Amino acid sequence: MSHHIIEAKELQYSYPDGTVGLAGVSFRISHGESVALVGENGAGKSTLLLHTNGCLFPSSGSLRIGDCLLSKKNLNTVRRTVGMVFQNPDDQLFMPTVFDDVAFGLLNLGIPENEIETKVMRSLETVGAGHLRKRPPYKLSQGEKRAVSIAVVLAMSPDILVMDEPTSSLDPKSRRRLIELLKTFKHTKIIATHDLDLALDICERTIVIHQGRITADGRTIEIFKDKELLDRSSLEMPLSMKNCRE
Amino acid sequence: MSQNFTEVTSVSLLCDSVATLKFRYCKIIHMNNIGKNMFDIGYMDMLAEGDSFLHRLNPGAKLITTMAFIITVVSFDKYSVSALTPFFVYPLVLIAVGGLPAGYLLKKILFVSPFAVFIGIFNPLIDREVIFHLGSIGISGGWISFMSVIMRFALTVSSALILVALTGFNTVCESLLKFGVPKPFIVQLMFFNRYMLIFTDEAGRVVRARSLRSFSKGAAGLGIFASLAGHLLLRTIDRAERIYRAMCCRGFDGRIHIIRKTKTGYREIVFVFGWIILFVLMRYYNLSLKLGGLVTGMSR
Repeated sequence: MSHHIIEAKELQYSYPDGTVGLAGVSFRISHGESVALVGENGAGKSTLLLHTNGCLFPSSGSLRIGDCLLSKKNLNTVRRTVGMVFQNPDDQLFMPTVFDDVAFGLLNLGIPENEIETKVMRSLETVGAGHLRKRPPYKLSQGEKRAVSIAVVLAMSPDILVMDEPTSSLDPKSRRRLIELLKTFKHTKIIATHDLDLALDICERTIVIHQGRITADGRTIEIFKDKELLDRSSLEMPLSMKNCRE
Repeated sequence: MSQNFTEVTSVSLLCDSVATLKFRYCKIIHMNNIGKNMFDIGYMDMLAEGDSFLHRLNPGAKLITTMAFIITVVSFDKYSVSALTPFFVYPLVLIAVGGLPAGYLLKKILFVSPFAVFIGIFNPLIDREVIFHLGSIGISGGWISFMSVIMRFALTVSSALILVALTGFNTVCESLLKFGVPKPFIVQLMFFNRYMLIFTDEAGRVVRARSLRSFSKGAAGLGIFASLAGHLLLRTIDRAERIYRAMCCRGFDGRIHIIRKTKTGYREIVFVFGWIILFVLMRYYNLSLKLGGLVTGMSR
């Protein structure tokens, strides 16, 4: 099951304007783990996520996705292994209809046309969006868009799911539905989020990033109890834990 | 855009003094309304979800017929007016059979009509030769050609709008692709359709943000306008970058595949050839004149 593993060693990345995105990040995420990536705005969470499927390449250091090292040569394998759900579904859903959007990746993978329908519908049913198949993405609610953007990734059967702020701009009910859905997935998951309650619900492990470096990596419950660490990282204890303390 | 700025600013001024105008202010500063008026493709797509005989026809058949109609209409000479009149039967029949909202389509045509007016407005000034008399009033060739421009505009635009309303914008694009229109052009059209509303929403938010902080200042100066437009451009580039990344993540290699299964039966053949035969008849026989002659002859 080594293809479900992500291992970063001294990962560094600077943007063309000189801004440091990652300043030496090392971690290893193994098969089936759900890991929350938390930190203040601009800490480097999205930069790290963009490395996991080869949208960005490290300035130095290395990133191993499953059996292969991230490189331009292995890009297709890496992107087949890692499915990324973007922060804004409107960036991810660009085809005329929901069906076309889910089928887009499958057709690019060369899946025969007679199998597409089944695979698309299976993915849509998994997220409870089968009835949306003919709808144009711009007519969906935020919750529906989010569900479909997860379906487009699931359709490609990735081993690792990477999500950037999955609960942003969702109403409480849609957020709860998404959390319940994510709990059912057996994939290795990396979720960058400011929603610490979501992290507490889904992820047994949390990595805290601050100014491009990992400042903590451990059990979610332990990390969220560390008030000083949370303060340093511009974070707050999750509401559910505050209630417990009070 | 500058017109929008002017509208926004003028309404802001009123709002400072008259609280009751708040509703109108909100109504006007929402640029996404403007976007909806200009590019109301969403509503057109909703119309395309209908289930009439025309909706169910193969999109290719409707596209061919519309193209034949447009080519026939624009092939008339510049003084044709009476010969063009029978062509209104095509949009009228399609609107009636397809159950389309005629008033809505008329509004859309009127919305873009200034373009046609500008094209033909100088004809009456340039071509002043009187070519026929309406009672005691001499009608110059310029007015006739102006009328002809307006009619051709109304016919062609209405037929294109009806095609989209009966078929859906993206389905029209896919049909164009099947007829050999280059793929990059079609992809651009589809992306335009997908992101135009998002772009106008974004532009609307920028304009609103400016108007809320401009208080009683006048219209935006060139500097502010340039800054807003620049910001919009940068945001658009950023978004394009993110969309491209999302496409790459799903194996995009420069080609966009779409699965569509369409059938062509006798109904499509009858539809296409029926209309084309009628267009040819109307092109070579001035039915208005013949009908007029018949009626006049009968009255004698």
